[in-house]
Amino acid sequence: MSYVPIADQKDEMHDPHTFIAKYVWSMDHKVIAIQYGTVAVAVGLVALILSAMMRLQLGFPDSFSFIDPAEYYQYVTMHGMIMVVYLLTALFLGGFGNYLIPLQIGARDMVFPFLNMLSFWFYLLSVFILMASFFIPGGPTGAGWTLYPPQAITAGTPGSDGGITLMLASLGVFVVAFTMGGLNYVTTVLQARTHGMTLMRMPLSVWGIFVATILGLFAFPALFVSAIMMSFDNLLGTSFFMPAMVSLGETLEHTGGSPVLFQHLFWFFGHPEVYIVALPAFGLVSDVLSCHARKNIFGYRMMVWAIVAIGALSFVVWAHHMYVSGMNPYFGFFFAFTTLIIAIPTAIKVYNWVLTLWEGNIRLTVPMLFACGFIFTFIHGGLTGIFLGNVTVDLPLSDTYFVIAHFHMVMGVSPVLVLYASLYHWFPKMSGKMFNVTLGKIHFWATFFGTYAIYLPMHYLGFLGVPRRYYAMGTTDFLPESAVTLNANITMAAIWVAAFQFVFIGNMIWSLWKGKKADPNPWEATTLEWQTPDNPPCHGNWGPELPKVYRWAYEYSVPGVISDFVPQNIAPEDVKTVDGSPYIGHED
Amino acid sequence: MAFVVAIVLLVVISIALQLFSPWWLQPIASNWSGIDATIDITMWVTGFVFIALNLFLAYCVYRFRYNKNRRAGYEPENSKLEIWLTGFTAIGVAGLLTPGLFVWASFVNVPEDAVQVEVVGQQWQWSFRYPGADGILGTADTAYVTPKNPLGVNPNDPFGQDDLVVQDKEMHLLKNQNVQLLLRSKDVLHDYTVAPFRVKMDMVPGSVSYMWLEPTLAGSYDILCEEYCGVGHFIMRGTVFVDEQEEYDTWISAQATFSETQAIAEGNPTAGKSNYAVCSACHGVNGEGNQALNAPKLAGQQDWYLRQQLKYYKSGVRGTNPDDVYGAQMAPMASTLINDTAINNVIAYINTLPDNAAPATVSGDPEKGAILYKSICGTCHADNGTGIWSVHAPALSGMTDWYLVRQLQNFKSGVRGAHPQDQLGYQMTAMMSALEGDEDINDVVAYINTLR
Repeated sequence: MSYVPIADQKDEMHDPHTFIAKYVWSMDHKVIAIQYGTVAVAVGLVALILSAMMRLQLGFPDSFSFIDPAEYYQYVTMHGMIMVVYLLTALFLGGFGNYLIPLQIGARDMVFPFLNMLSFWFYLLSVFILMASFFIPGGPTGAGWTLYPPQAITAGTPGSDGGITLMLASLGVFVVAFTMGGLNYVTTVLQARTHGMTLMRMPLSVWGIFVATILGLFAFPALFVSAIMMSFDNLLGTSFFMPAMVSLGETLEHTGGSPVLFQHLFWFFGHPEVYIVALPAFGLVSDVLSCHARKNIFGYRMMVWAIVAIGALSFVVWAHHMYVSGMNPYFGFFFAFTTLIIAIPTAIKVYNWVLTLWEGNIRLTVPMLFACGFIFTFIHGGLTGIFLGNVTVDLPLSDTYFVIAHFHMVMGVSPVLVLYASLYHWFPKMSGKMFNVTLGKIHFWATFFGTYAIYLPMHYLGFLGVPRRYYAMGTTDFLPESAVTLNANITMAAIWVAAFQFVFIGNMIWSLWKGKKADPNPWEATTLEWQTPDNPPCHGNWGPELPKVYRWAYEYSVPGVISDFVPQNIAPEDVKTVDGSPYIGHED
Repeated sequence: MAFVVAIVLLVVISIALQLFSPWWLQPIASNWSGIDATIDITMWVTGFVFIALNLFLAYCVYRFRYNKNRRAGYEPENSKLEIWLTGFTAIGVAGLLTPGLFVWASFVNVPEDAVQVEVVGQQWQWSFRYPGADGILGTADTAYVTPKNPLGVNPNDPFGQDDLVVQDKEMHLLKNQNVQLLLRSKDVLHDYTVAPFRVKMDMVPGSVSYMWLEPTLAGSYDILCEEYCGVGHFIMRGTVFVDEQEEYDTWISAQATFSETQAIAEGNPTAGKSNYAVCSACHGVNGEGNQALNAPKLAGQQDWYLRQQLKYYKSGVRGTNPDDVYGAQMAPMASTLINDTAINNVIAYINTLPDNAAPATVSGDPEKGAILYKSICGTCHADNGTGIWSVHAPALSGMTDWYLVRQLQNFKSGVRGAHPQDQLGYQMTAMMSALEGDEDINDVVAYINTLR
């Protein structure tokens, strides 16, 4: 009997027959992807507005008395947690992972469609639990997104009565949702690739998402257990993380716990989490760059191994977040060493992106603008990481605005630029419509300049010694008037950037409604998702027969071939050459 | 083309900011110039990479811009180039890492001649302990913490008896003397940071962390908490003075030893009664307060607070601001208490007075006030307004409400809390920025009136 991929077996198809089965309780990976994406963007807008509120307080500390210190810390916490977990993780993996994995590897769907559906609904539940904390007495937790005990559960922190409980519960549910989705992504990549789709022919998007998912499956359990242990400390009076202490004049019952243990667990999750966000971004941007530069990605094999190496190394660098945590300072030698090693595969990725542009034929489309903008911001954010990863340089900079600026460049702006590049790039496929190019360009320029105006000067506030997580600086010996003015200007830039994100939302909604019908393959791309018989793809993706893959995903501008791109599923004999000679493509 | 110009422009702006930025490391005041050197090396290397890569990016986007008559090149791999690039990067990374590790090695190894000074953090105040004449710090534990022994020094440890206990947001270090700071927290995580020293370290409850330095530049510097420690994180401030020998000795000799702080006798209420005669003229026979004479209620107020305020009036920390008319009336009265014994006695007497809630005179919206109180005031002054000794927050509920209104106004306008010796007044001033004006103040006080 010939090989039939799991997702292609007839009884596994789950064809929807009713409206609800098709759009609400859907098991189709594309619908689930859009559900994930929509919720992530919606909750991301909440976090965006929270950041604008924070910036108002920081820029004009005496003008907005409706933001009090407790609220400020609640905004800080919710902004950070939402952006990192509920927006970036969910959108890259739940959104793009779901959409692209089956389409790019030539599968009809995920291998466990029902589990996939559950994954989304658990994610939505976790979002509801998190949002509910805004409406309970005491409000959401203001413990900072790192939720460090003891303060996360003691009386001096806003939201220590109910907010922290809901935050931990929500994270627990999120991890459940992620695990259901993650097992699915990994299994699908390993088991459901179509004929000819070897691992080393997969687009880098799939590689990035695949490795990121594996990281997540190892890393999220650390967050899960720390959430449970902290809930126990909080609700049952255990002392995993709680030492003997006198909190606001009251001697607590706890004794013997270790606050630093939580930090180890948190960052054992937290550092891979950086790459859970970054690796899919690396993958997606590679595909966008290659396609719009009309050139193969430079050093594909090196790119794959860099992704794998970064993924593996990301598990042995976590304590670089803890150089000044009071852990044994001798750990600093080891973690500085591993951290700086990770710079090498990361640098290779950057070299290969710019070398992909070398001798390309670059179409500066809207997705390409965002992708090239990403290279700039990622170079900046990556290099400032070398400051903080080097234990000695971290001493003066740790816990200052330099840290804020660094991680917003590398983990905020850069992945978000990739998200936009990807959303613009795949929007014609997802919706069947073209977006408005002018609005897209306006969105790019405002976001690109605006974010750099926010974060570049912020590094210098860090050098100056301005600490993070300060509601107001008040009177200090060292802060010059110019720094106060600078803070006000950063706030203006932040409001500007926030406002222009609504141009994007408007563009998407308007284009969905009134946009021009899109070509099935408007960017002339080689990967499988652009070769579907229907646009947007129907349930089952491929019509009666699965595509067959003959080559890697980057066959652009092959010498002697008439077309400047050769899709992965075109048989070699169908590729037309200039002189009629047989086509010999890339050998992997 | 616009993109190429943009990238070049951003690179130029970045270089210009680096060269001409008015914001840079504060002048160094310790031996850690090695850290600054490491920063400089890192800045040069990463700056070079930043410029080179981005200009190359801009060049590619310009040189290989779309032309429908041109075809892109086809070069899947170039092993030689990739190996060279990897090699150069590895060398660069090693060059950045190595000097840093040498500096770190000296940071983790404390010189043997370093004297030890303890820094204690709590929500949201600093205190300090010096080893005293024997040069050895006694043991300490949160289990020993009481209002009289706020640092939790072990009362049975002979080494601790001569320790100097500094319950003050100011500490002093001797210039050019190696010092190891032992960092301890009574409650949550904190972080001892003095930016001109360059080094910092978290303080972790349940363990003692450390860092060392040699102060090299005389002067005074801000101590900031740089590990988030709850809602008052941003008002956890202190000052470190780097002194020459003479000033340092003077300051040290003025600090009380642990055994001295434990030996202070309890006040005698009977003796205090006669002292109180002067007070009763305005504050009332039962310490109930008198609005017509602008004298607040005293009965029911926490004793440490009364003691601190009397000392402030005596030393001119309070009552000397020209806009503080009523404070000016109080200052000479406080001087009638000639010494600490008299102060303790009169406070002991006030403690015996009946604590009846003062009449409510302020009108405001207690529901709006409740929201403000719970998020701004309640953490320190307690949900029921009884005050919390450990954070130095006095009782509010049942006290004279018109007085609370006036003091809130004074904190907001800087009439109170701005004196440099007022240890924690700045915290009230900072929190007042969250109350908009008199309406908010009245609402909060109206809510406090419901707590009695």
